[in-house]
Formats: sequence, structure tokens, C-alpha cells
Amino acid sequence: MSKKSEAPSNRKAGRRSPLATVALLTIGLLSTGGAYALFTTSATAETSAAADAQIEEGGKLFAANCATCHGMALQGTSQAPSLIGVGAAAVDFQVGTGRMPLAATGPQGEQKPVQFTAEQISALSAYVASRGTGPGIPDEKYLQGDGDAAVGAELFRINCAMCHNVAGAGGALTEGKFAPPLSGVEPAYIYEAMVTGPQNMPVFNDHNISPEDKANIITYLKFLDNTTSVGGFGLGDIGPVSEGLFIWIFGLGAIVAITVWLTAKSN
Amino acid sequence: MAQDHDGATGGDAAGSTVEKYGANPPSAGTAVVVADRIPNPGFEPYRPRVTDLDEAKERQQERRVAGFFILSIVGTVAAIVAYIIFPIVPGDLNSVRFNNLFLGIGITLALLSVGIGAIHWSKSLMDGHDMVEQRHGTRGSDETRAKAVEVFTLGNKESGFGRRTLIRRTLIGALVVTPLPAIVLFRDLAPAEDPVPLLQHTLWKKGTRLTRDPSGTPIRASEVTLGSAFHVIPEGLNELEDKLEQKAKAAVLLMRLKPEDLQVSPGREDWNYAGIVAYSKICTHVGCPVALYEQQTHHLLCPCHQSQFDITREAKVIFGPAKRPLPQLPITVDAEGYLVARSDFTEPVGPSFWERNT
Repeated sequence: MSKKSEAPSNRKAGRRSPLATVALLTIGLLSTGGAYALFTTSATAETSAAADAQIEEGGKLFAANCATCHGMALQGTSQAPSLIGVGAAAVDFQVGTGRMPLAATGPQGEQKPVQFTAEQISALSAYVASRGTGPGIPDEKYLQGDGDAAVGAELFRINCAMCHNVAGAGGALTEGKFAPPLSGVEPAYIYEAMVTGPQNMPVFNDHNISPEDKANIITYLKFLDNTTSVGGFGLGDIGPVSEGLFIWIFGLGAIVAITVWLTAKSN
Repeated sequence: MAQDHDGATGGDAAGSTVEKYGANPPSAGTAVVVADRIPNPGFEPYRPRVTDLDEAKERQQERRVAGFFILSIVGTVAAIVAYIIFPIVPGDLNSVRFNNLFLGIGITLALLSVGIGAIHWSKSLMDGHDMVEQRHGTRGSDETRAKAVEVFTLGNKESGFGRRTLIRRTLIGALVVTPLPAIVLFRDLAPAEDPVPLLQHTLWKKGTRLTRDPSGTPIRASEVTLGSAFHVIPEGLNELEDKLEQKAKAAVLLMRLKPEDLQVSPGREDWNYAGIVAYSKICTHVGCPVALYEQQTHHLLCPCHQSQFDITREAKVIFGPAKRPLPQLPITVDAEGYLVARSDFTEPVGPSFWERNT
């Protein structure tokens, strides 16, 4: 800082007024002192400097990878929505699950291999969050899957099961869109999806489903993940379609085969 | 009664149901006699099986049948062993899985092997001649019929059933009225109330707060952020004894859209509150819960028969078998900022019924 302010003063030495020396000294002292205080005494200032660096890094990544569609000022274009106020949670979900950057426009942005490292995703999240407040990265304590699975199951049946299926197996929506299966999804992404409402999923904010209840829902989904189906093969848990098809092909097939064998003459 | 190939009358052995194949003459009750019917080709010529010709094969098949029966024994034992090896542990759901699976496999093996063995036995080793088992005629022999008439006549004579008309008529009368209590009892299975008013009204009325399902806590308008979907029940529903019946009619989906996205028809201007709209969750097709809301396209999809409703156009049907839009619940906020109903639904919710006016 002080270096920068000295450089131009040397160049313009011939034209400086008597007072300028005093002013320059004052500025120099203040800035070096200030910088010293900044770097030695305050830890928060240090982290804020680190955060600034992260945001700057995120800004570069955004400009290179996202701005074509979302706009340089996150204002959105005809191709993509504005990202002002979507918060870090939305970025972490969309980029962290590989949905963004979008491979191609289509009914919905689908999950694919993640394009960025964890640090880059954090930087992007920090950058977008710095441009407008929105839901942040969820607190670890809600992601442990140690809540009440029964309460979570009831909430899941009321709020989620109509699209995601009661066993979290996913389901079809309109015009080629679909609700993805929820088995094996990381708790943080489940939480972020609820709180941000990615793509066509509605938002379930903390007033609708409290963070504790979100933790209960995550607990239920983790319970499903960790509990094998008692009835044997779930056949995708999608209900009458797969089960009906199975019995139609294999059950009826077996009956037809037995009938043919029963009535055929022995050699 | 029936004839064999030679046209000789069969059925000489009394009580024998097994007869040789023969064409039945058309019965007297047949209305249409087809003149040019395709003649019955009869059986294929008799062909001896390998087991009839080769004794080694016969023994092989014999061993095979016995093998199936032994397999059945193995299955039975396996079922018992499986039940002991994989016990149902109380509290452990997954223990049921292996218990049921291996017990079932054992019992299936036991039963199926007996059946397969028996069929295989009959097909490969038992007499291989073709044979038809005719239904015997329904008319009894003249002798049997005369005997029956005799029994009835004697009974009538001894009891005086035909002669004592007072007894006969009171007995018939008594038997005729016995089912009446059942009719009176079953009558009460019908709905006591006229169901039509029940179908036309729900729990919603002016000032009823919209509350979250299932907690029943009221919802402030400020809590419904853009893109949100709340599953809503009327306030006080949880305290009702018939809460499920009431919920089946009163369930509501609350959504917040941008106010400029809503196309509001005249007369419904004050039914939404700053873009917050409430629609009945009961499909107008056959009453499934419609709640698959897409917050970008604002389409609402019914999972049962794929009816689609466009929330921006007052739940207009844009696809599928539903005929009417979902009824909208007029809402506003009360003094404390909570969302309340302006009135009940202005039309009956759910599928059509006979007495529905529109």
C-alpha cells in the first residue's frame, strides 16, 4: 500500500507543494500502521482477506464458466435465470452435483460428472453469495442423519413423495422432466435442494420445513439407504409399473410354460 | 347316452363317468343346428412313447419321478432348517427377509416337486391311450325318477302338507319374512346423511387460517417465499374426530408465483394475495391428490392419470382426462399477517358427481 503511494510521488517531485510532504508522511504512516495492525492483531481481518481472495477467485471462475448464460453481473439472460440472491447453497448444489454448467439446454439440467474441484465450488459459491444474500451452505449439525426418521418419513410423504416417490426412487414429471431418485444423495445436497428449490422443484424454506425437520427428512432418506428392502427385490421401488411388468412377463410366462408342458404329449 | 366310435350305445355300466370318445347328438335345446359343421377329426392315431418301447427309458423315467418326490422331501426339510437357521429377530426388520425367502423356497420346492413329479409320472409312465371323460346326462333314469316321486308323494301323504293349508301357508309366510331384519339392518349401511351437501362444502369458511400439513401451525404470507409450495390443511382439522374425511376434501396446495405471472379472471382479483394462490389438491378427474408442482413452468401434474393444470391460468386443464380446473380457494391475510380463507371453495371440490350442477 505504502509502496504504491510513494511511487507516483517520486515521479512528480518537481511540482509538490510544501504541505504535500506532511500529507504524504501522514498517509504513509497511517497506511503502514494500519496494515501492520490489520495483519498482526486481527484474525477476523485475516480471514476476511482470505475470503476476499476466494471471492475474487470465484469471480474469475464465474466470468470464465457461467457468465455467458447468467450474465457478467449475474443479472441473467434469456438463456438463464438471474443469480442475484440465490445464495451459496444454490451454487453448491447445482455445481456440486454437476448439474451446472449445463451441458445442453433440455427439459432439465441433468446430473453429470462434477466439473470443478471442491475449492473452486466454494469460491464460486462465495462469489455468488457476495452478490446478494441467499440461503447459505447448511450447518453440519443438520446433515448427520441422526434425527427422527418417523417424523421425517411423514414430512417426506406429505411434501416430497408425490414427485420423488415414497421410497425416494424418483418419478416422471411433465414434458420430459423428472424428479431424480434420492438414494445415495449427500445430505448437504438434499438440504440445499429443499432450501433453494433447484430447477422445477418448489422451494421448501425454513418457515415451511424447519431445519430440524429437514434433518429428520435427511434421516429418513439415510434410513432408506441403509435399510435393505424387507420384501426382497424392490424392482426400482416404482410400484405397479415394474412389478406389473415383472409378473406379466415372468408370472404369466411361467403359467403358459406349465400349461404347454401339461398338455404336451410325452415322447 | 353317449356313443363311441362304432356308434354303439355306451354308458351301460351304471355310475361310470368314463366313456370312450364319441360325438354327442345335438341336444334338443340347441337353437342353431349347423348343417355344414366341420366333422370332428377324433384322436390322432395312437403312438407308443419311448417308455412304452424301451425298458431302460422306462426305468430312467421312474427314477426321475422318484427324484422329484425326493426333491420334495428335501424341500420340506430345507424349509424347517431355514426356519431355524434364519430366525425372525424381534426389532430387526431384515431378519424377516431371509426367513421368508428361504422358508418360501423350501415350501415351494416341497409342493412344486410333488406336482411336477405326479404330472411327469402320468405323462411318461401311466397308460398312454387318449380318452375323453364325458359329462353324464343330467336326467336320471326312469326308475330313479319314479322313486323320487314316490318319496315325495309319501311325504306329502304322511305330513299332510298339501291338505293342511293353514300350516302350509303360515310356514311359507314365516319363511318369506325371515330376511326382513337383514334388510332393515343393511339399510343403515347407507350414508345416514344426504351426501350431496357433504360433497358441496368443505371445512374452509371465511376467516379459517391456512395451516401446515401435518403440524397445523398457521402460515404467514411473508413465510411463503417465491417458488414455495406449502401443503395446507384448514386450522383445527387435527382436533377433529373425522379429520381424514375432512382432509380428503379440504386439502389445499399453496404456491407463490410472481404476481405478474398470474392471469386473473374478472371476479377473482382478490382471491390471491401478492401472488400467493391456493388450489384444491383434489383432482377433478377422479380425486387423486394433485401436488406435483413445477415451480418454473407452473404446471401441476396429477400422478394418477397425468392431468396437467396451469397455475398461471387458474389451474386450467392443459393435458389429460380432467375436465374442470381445480377449484381455487380465495385467500387473504388477517390482522396478524396470517393467511386466511375468504370463504369456502365456490364450487364442489374433487370429481364430478350426479347432483353436481356444473
